[in-house]
Amino acid sequence: MTPKFKAQAGTFESSDIMILIEPLEKDSGRKVDISSTVILQFEEDIKKTINQVLDRLQVKDLHLIAKDKGALTQTIEARVETAVKRSLGIQEGTM
Amino acid sequence: MKNAIGVEIPEYIEGLGKLEPFQGVWKSIIEDEVPSTNISRTLKAKKPHVSKLCKNLEEAIKRCKPFDGMTVTCHHHLRGGDGVLMQAIKILDEMGIKDITLASSSLTSAHDGLVPYVEKGMITRIFTSGIRGALGDAISVGKLKYPAIIHSHGGRVRDFLTGRIKPDLSVLAASAADEEGNATGAHGPSAFGSMGYADIDARYSRNVIIVTDNLVEYPCVPCTVRQHFIDYVVKVDSIGDATKIASGTTRITNSPMDLRIARIAATVIEHSGLFKNGMSFQVGAGGASLAVAKFLREDMKRKNIIGSFMIGGVTSYGVDMLNEGLFHSIFDVQSFDAAVSTSVLNNPNHIEISCDQYANPNNCGSMTNKLDVVVLGALEVDVDFNVNVITGSSGEIRGASGGHSDTASGANLTVVVCPAFRGRLPIVKDRVHTVVTPGESVDVIVTERGVCVNPAKPNLAAKLKEAGVQVVDIRDLKEEVEKMTGVPAEKQLGDQIVGLVEYRDGTIIDVIYNVKNLS
Repeated sequence: MTPKFKAQAGTFESSDIMILIEPLEKDSGRKVDISSTVILQFEEDIKKTINQVLDRLQVKDLHLIAKDKGALTQTIEARVETAVKRSLGIQEGTM
Repeated sequence: MKNAIGVEIPEYIEGLGKLEPFQGVWKSIIEDEVPSTNISRTLKAKKPHVSKLCKNLEEAIKRCKPFDGMTVTCHHHLRGGDGVLMQAIKILDEMGIKDITLASSSLTSAHDGLVPYVEKGMITRIFTSGIRGALGDAISVGKLKYPAIIHSHGGRVRDFLTGRIKPDLSVLAASAADEEGNATGAHGPSAFGSMGYADIDARYSRNVIIVTDNLVEYPCVPCTVRQHFIDYVVKVDSIGDATKIASGTTRITNSPMDLRIARIAATVIEHSGLFKNGMSFQVGAGGASLAVAKFLREDMKRKNIIGSFMIGGVTSYGVDMLNEGLFHSIFDVQSFDAAVSTSVLNNPNHIEISCDQYANPNNCGSMTNKLDVVVLGALEVDVDFNVNVITGSSGEIRGASGGHSDTASGANLTVVVCPAFRGRLPIVKDRVHTVVTPGESVDVIVTERGVCVNPAKPNLAAKLKEAGVQVVDIRDLKEEVEKMTGVPAEKQLGDQIVGLVEYRDGTIIDVIYNVKNLS
């Protein structure tokens, strides 16, 4: 699936993660930028979690920006899924 | 050589001399006679009616004849608003003085400006109870020539008396002082309350300068610091940023997590067997720790309990409890907000004490040894109940030992409050990165996910279980937390020792290595 709209999910609160998604042209691939308060401790985990959700939702082309304040894995999964669905136009929600 | 908690301690460090390994909480204090270097002040008689007033701090410092390799001390009663320590260092630097040992009772965000002086070797040694901010980062990456020594509040007094710290020049801020150097923090536009730490510097330093923004008619009353210890007095326009020195009152946290932890901690205290008339109590000023006072206050009223004394760093919340008659008295070594200064000044049951009386492990009457209950915070705890309050998640120096280990060792019940994890970082570890307070002196760790009781206190665990407190094995808690957070990557550390944690008895309890990556 290919994102159509810019979308976001999450907040800048501690223990949450803000996910921003920008659509990219077909076959541009995935571009994932991560900043995190726990980057030294969990960089690989965060990358892995985000990519797993994108794999599951079969999203190939997008630019995803993650600004993490120490979210748990489940939170990251939920925020990424919501942002992707918003960007696909298949989930309503506040922007 | 390995110390009692298994940390490899170097026997000798260049610039700091021989080190003794930590042997256990009471062993060296009880068994060893501590050689005191019978501190003799230089006798400097003055003729009658000769003024000690200098026209500025520079003149006062010059009159003290500073020299390379000297030890300069300050107090941290001005907290994040301190404007005096930086002035003194700047003047000494302009005079070309170098190789300075800085021994401030603590260092705060107001001292980020020390970094360039550390980098160029003007300051080469630091003894203090806390280091934060940019200075902590600079030391953590190895910019200070010799490792910083982190001592406790009580340990600092001991270090003065044994000659570990030999103060040559003390520059002490006061919110009111007279021309002879009688000084207080209890009144004046920059009032900061107790001068409990400064009292030690005034008594034992070879040269003492009082700096005040509020020169009052002789004699300054009340006076904590007394004139016969003071060499020079300087009137300045400002001793710092008054809004950061003491403002308003300390509020209880709104954080639901901290409040939950505090509620559980108060319940632990209530069922510990110590919750009765005459209970003495100390609580920290931070989040969950201070919030315990809120719940304890309600519980004391509900059960008609009247405590004996509160001690330590004092907030307006403690003053309120004193005024309500919930405690008989407060013994105050350090005040945290403006309302406390007023109480120090006006309430005869609010008594200013020196840090010596507060926590020196080697005198025969430190008040921490009379404590029933203390509630303390933690950056990390471990399965052996050790507590880290000095190094952060990257291994960087960013906290304070303060009175943590002093009170923990003395109190009948030492309660540590902390969340099980903070922003994905697990707080309960196999081993804390840096041990400041040994598990031997910690009884209970309270988290939002259960209460861990030191296995050395089975009776306490039984009492709490009977009262319905959720007591959990600390190893189980650690596993539960790691399942949620994941296991953090190993810290990137070098092999250069950048800090030594001195236990209150002067032995070395842990070693801090340089960090390669700061988050």
